[in-house]
Amino acid sequence: MSMPFYVSPEQLMKDRADFARKGIARGRSVVAVQYADGVLFVSENPSQALHKVSEIYDRIAFAAVGRYNEFENLRIAGVRLADMRGYAYDRRDVTGRGLANAYAQTLGTIFSSGGEKPYEVELFVAEIGDAPEDDQLYRLTYDGQVADEHGYAVMGGAADVVASYLSERYAAGASLADAISLAVAALGHGEAEDRVIPVDDLEVAVLDRTRSQPRKFARIRPAQLEQVLGDRGPASPAPADAPTDAPTDETTDTPPADPGAPVDGLSGHGRNPEDEPPIAPPA
Amino acid sequence: MSDPRLPAAFLQPGTSSFSDFLAEQAPDLLPARRTVPQGHAGDLAPHGTTIVAATYPGGVVMAGDRRATMGNIIAQRDIEKVFPADEFSAVGIAGSAGIAVEMVRLFQTELEHYEKIEGTTLSMDGKANRLAALIRSNLGMAMQGLAVVPLFAGFDLTGGRGRIFSYDVTGGRYEETAFHSVGSGSLFARGALKKLYREDLDQTDCVTAVIQALYDAADDDSATGGPDLTRRIFPVVQVITADGGRRLPDAEVAAIADRVIAGRMAQPDGPTAPLTSSPITGGDAR
Repeated sequence: MSMPFYVSPEQLMKDRADFARKGIARGRSVVAVQYADGVLFVSENPSQALHKVSEIYDRIAFAAVGRYNEFENLRIAGVRLADMRGYAYDRRDVTGRGLANAYAQTLGTIFSSGGEKPYEVELFVAEIGDAPEDDQLYRLTYDGQVADEHGYAVMGGAADVVASYLSERYAAGASLADAISLAVAALGHGEAEDRVIPVDDLEVAVLDRTRSQPRKFARIRPAQLEQVLGDRGPASPAPADAPTDAPTDETTDTPPADPGAPVDGLSGHGRNPEDEPPIAPPA
Repeated sequence: MSDPRLPAAFLQPGTSSFSDFLAEQAPDLLPARRTVPQGHAGDLAPHGTTIVAATYPGGVVMAGDRRATMGNIIAQRDIEKVFPADEFSAVGIAGSAGIAVEMVRLFQTELEHYEKIEGTTLSMDGKANRLAALIRSNLGMAMQGLAVVPLFAGFDLTGGRGRIFSYDVTGGRYEETAFHSVGSGSLFARGALKKLYREDLDQTDCVTAVIQALYDAADDDSATGGPDLTRRIFPVVQVITADGGRRLPDAEVAAIADRVIAGRMAQPDGPTAPLTSSPITGGDAR
């Protein structure tokens, strides 16, 4: 009679966390920065069609890193949830907190259920209020934890490198142009050297409370970005030195950490941009 | 304990239509899924009346009077019956007011939902067809007196022009040229527009023309409200151009309405059109 292998719950959770964290760190970072008129999202994303940052509702936006099909499903679920609540009650009754809770429950349940692969995603849910003090920025990790962020937040890729750059330079109440310049510079910041990310590879969007329409989400187009960023010197696109479909080979350089710790930047930065999947957008 | 996560249907890829999603997940929220007891229910709830729309080079204008009636009673004197459907279209409603307003809310959500999920807006014809489907699903209630007949107008960005669609209660969709009107006063409004409309109107003139038409509708139809001078209640006017749609500010509408009324003080029947057309000058129809 054979004995099943015993795996301790701690080991099981740690393995699942390591698995999820590895998938998330493979892509490139997304930065969220609070500025005077709302919340700005910037990410390096060469695809014009597959977005990492999107609109959920009037004052709520969503940003994600990790596996595209997984966070796309979460995004659609969020849009459905928000639209259904807004239709059944009122537009003002759709809140970022409610949405963050729904996501947290979903991610947490999947993470701790043994039978399913944990989602390899990390999310921002942002909601703007009437004044900067009312703005909210939630960060959700693959295991369903919610953190309330203030000022700025970074996830995915070499998140700690970008975050340390921001922590030195971030100032509350910046103008949109300043916030964009800061966020773009932070994304281009590397441990060895800084690079200039081409304008066409940037995905930039804002929740802007000064917009006259009830829907406050707006994308900032490359032409507009060009004006804001001005001359930054010659652009250098992200290194693409690994085939995009190779799963991973970086097991060794993933430091173990407890599942509760925020995702730290791993050395896989720029190696394997799996979050730009080679698939067509939904027709 | 039940599973706290989002229901599986929310996470399933599939439809980008909000009403289709509701039909599966919460059919009780759809206006058309309700069963109304046998009999005529049309007199139980207020009715909205006249909506007018007209195109001009560069855009389209939609306006509605402010009256809702229940039989001989004026149920509301400042109801709003013209709504933006999305950034580039507007919908005006005539018929059973409660169901119509609910249908507009569903239609607005439907367009926004598609836009958010697909990352692109529906084509103008796509929007018009979705509205037709919503009206078609209301046929049962329409036959019991709770009919909704909207007028849909918007700026078609691919064609670069304003377009107008009218509907019947069975969901039939008809594209109109130049101008159209629905509701109890629509016959009079359409008659007035026929004499006032020219293809080269600018925006202000086009707004003036539709307000003239609404005045004529109110003049001859008891269910259509005229400008309320004592309370300063004037029609809701939605203007849609390539830059998007906006509701004309009340002050702007009031200024145009005041000019229309001043003209009617001298000529109660409004401007007269020349008896024979003079194509070269276009006539001074105002």
